[in-house]
Amino acid sequence: MPDAPTREAERTRAEALLAPLLAEGATRVDTDILLPAATLLDLYGEDIRARAYITTDPVHGEQVLRPDFTVPVVQAHMAHGADPARYAYLGPVFRRQEGRQPRPREYLQVGYEVFDRTNPAAADAEVFALFRDTLAHLPVRAATGDIGILMAAVRGLRTSDARRAALMRHIWRPRRFRALLDRYAGRTPVPPARAAMLTSPDPFAGAGPDIGRRTRAEVAARIDTLRTDAQEPPISAEQVDALEDLASFRGTMGDALMRLRDAAVDMRELAPAIRTFEARMTALAARGIDPDRLDFEASFGRTTLEYYDGFVFGFLADGRTDLPAIATGGRYDALTRVLGNGRSIPAVGGVIRPAVVLALETPR
Amino acid sequence: MSLRIGVPSKGRLMDKCFDWFAARGVTMERTGDDREYAGTINGLPDATLVLMSAGEIPRDLAAGRIHLGVTGSDLVQDGLPAWDDAVEVLAEMGFGQADLVIAVPRAWVDVDTLDDLDAAAAAFRRTHGERLRIATKYHRLVREFLRAAGVADYLLVDSQGATEGTVAQGTAEAIADITSTGDTLRANHLKPLSDGLIHRSQAVLYRSRRAPWDGPARTALDALRQRIDG
Repeated sequence: MPDAPTREAERTRAEALLAPLLAEGATRVDTDILLPAATLLDLYGEDIRARAYITTDPVHGEQVLRPDFTVPVVQAHMAHGADPARYAYLGPVFRRQEGRQPRPREYLQVGYEVFDRTNPAAADAEVFALFRDTLAHLPVRAATGDIGILMAAVRGLRTSDARRAALMRHIWRPRRFRALLDRYAGRTPVPPARAAMLTSPDPFAGAGPDIGRRTRAEVAARIDTLRTDAQEPPISAEQVDALEDLASFRGTMGDALMRLRDAAVDMRELAPAIRTFEARMTALAARGIDPDRLDFEASFGRTTLEYYDGFVFGFLADGRTDLPAIATGGRYDALTRVLGNGRSIPAVGGVIRPAVVLALETPR
Repeated sequence: MSLRIGVPSKGRLMDKCFDWFAARGVTMERTGDDREYAGTINGLPDATLVLMSAGEIPRDLAAGRIHLGVTGSDLVQDGLPAWDDAVEVLAEMGFGQADLVIAVPRAWVDVDTLDDLDAAAAAFRRTHGERLRIATKYHRLVREFLRAAGVADYLLVDSQGATEGTVAQGTAEAIADITSTGDTLRANHLKPLSDGLIHRSQAVLYRSRRAPWDGPARTALDALRQRIDG
């Protein structure tokens, strides 16, 4: 546990980092530290138990120590926020650390969130530029990505709706995504047990009694789905290669745009995502950020920043693998829809870790 | 400080453990009546036998309260985060073998692999509005296994005993549990997934990396290592 002066220094640095965010006209907000766990469990499932501290309250059920501000800030905004709105906040978050690298379990986050439907590209650039300016004095490297491009590429696959939906569901789990893609492309053989089941005149022969809540009708429905899928032609090698090319792209934003335009010749569904991408580049340039010198990785944030569904970014300490990212952020339009009871609003934001800023400012 | 060896305090695990050490010239014996967890050890200089519940041995190894301990590898790997930072494997003892597997009702003829389980979980959530429940007492091992495999839309529910019965009782849709022959699974109308083997468990002699390894404990360990290697 850090000593009192260390905590005090972190707090002081955090207040100084918050000031320019408030100067942008953001409303300072706060949320409870102890939150109902149901929302997070619903969003992220079991994984959240490995990453957050969850405890049980005899009256209110499972509670979680705030793992980040985004979800409670979105909930508060969807319940009674102005439109548009800009929020800034500062406070502790708590993360379980079970890995080998010792990482703090409790630290301060300073954050900025923009809920604005007028010009999403301008909002992306606003948040990115604000963070860049705040961290300009530090030896950091910016990385950007765009989950929306991968999603558009999946939508553009010439295959069944069911296959596209299954791939979309696993965008944030690259390993299962890959396994599904390999199977849909006919690269991996059909497992023998499934092949036998699909050709069996009575798949339920010798199945044993129906136990549990998953009914025989549900099993039969899935067999129908599998039979339909077995008739589906494989996704072509060209399409799979194009998708994997896109997903593995690393270069500058400018190079990425050229690559996207090339890909769009065969995959017209990319067009809306390319327009969004281009508008963002223009908005970044208007804020003095050269897209031809900005790093872009198509899969950046694909495994760690899972509620983001568009622009994503991170600021990483150059050559300091011992430090976590100094700042991360991105666009999470879909999250506002999930938490908004039918309403939604384009939203983008990010957080800075003051303790990491301090570590970089302190000579080693 | 003398070398403290933690050993399961009862049952077949204790008997097999005593046999294993006896074959290596170290005799262990339980003393007093059945309710008193006391024992003696001979054949090693300056060693103390600590009889305890197999389930508590991982925790005491991690805390360094015992120098060595015998317990199931399932309990160590599930109970201790970054387990090999806390303990070192001195010997795999060749008994207490069991597999931690994921099992589903045999009536699920459409589910044979993790891929199927994931698809069934997604459909279950759409139909029932809830995640598919998997009953287990091995939360860490199961969660890490399913995360690495990219399985989503499930929920772990805690079951500390008679886990195979939870599906028929309606408290879970599937289970993750230890099985040695598969008989209990079959009797409960369950089948293991073909790629759902999470961990092959057996009894292991562990060394705590966090116990105080001063003179007498180190001397006793060296003597024991020679017996194991010889």
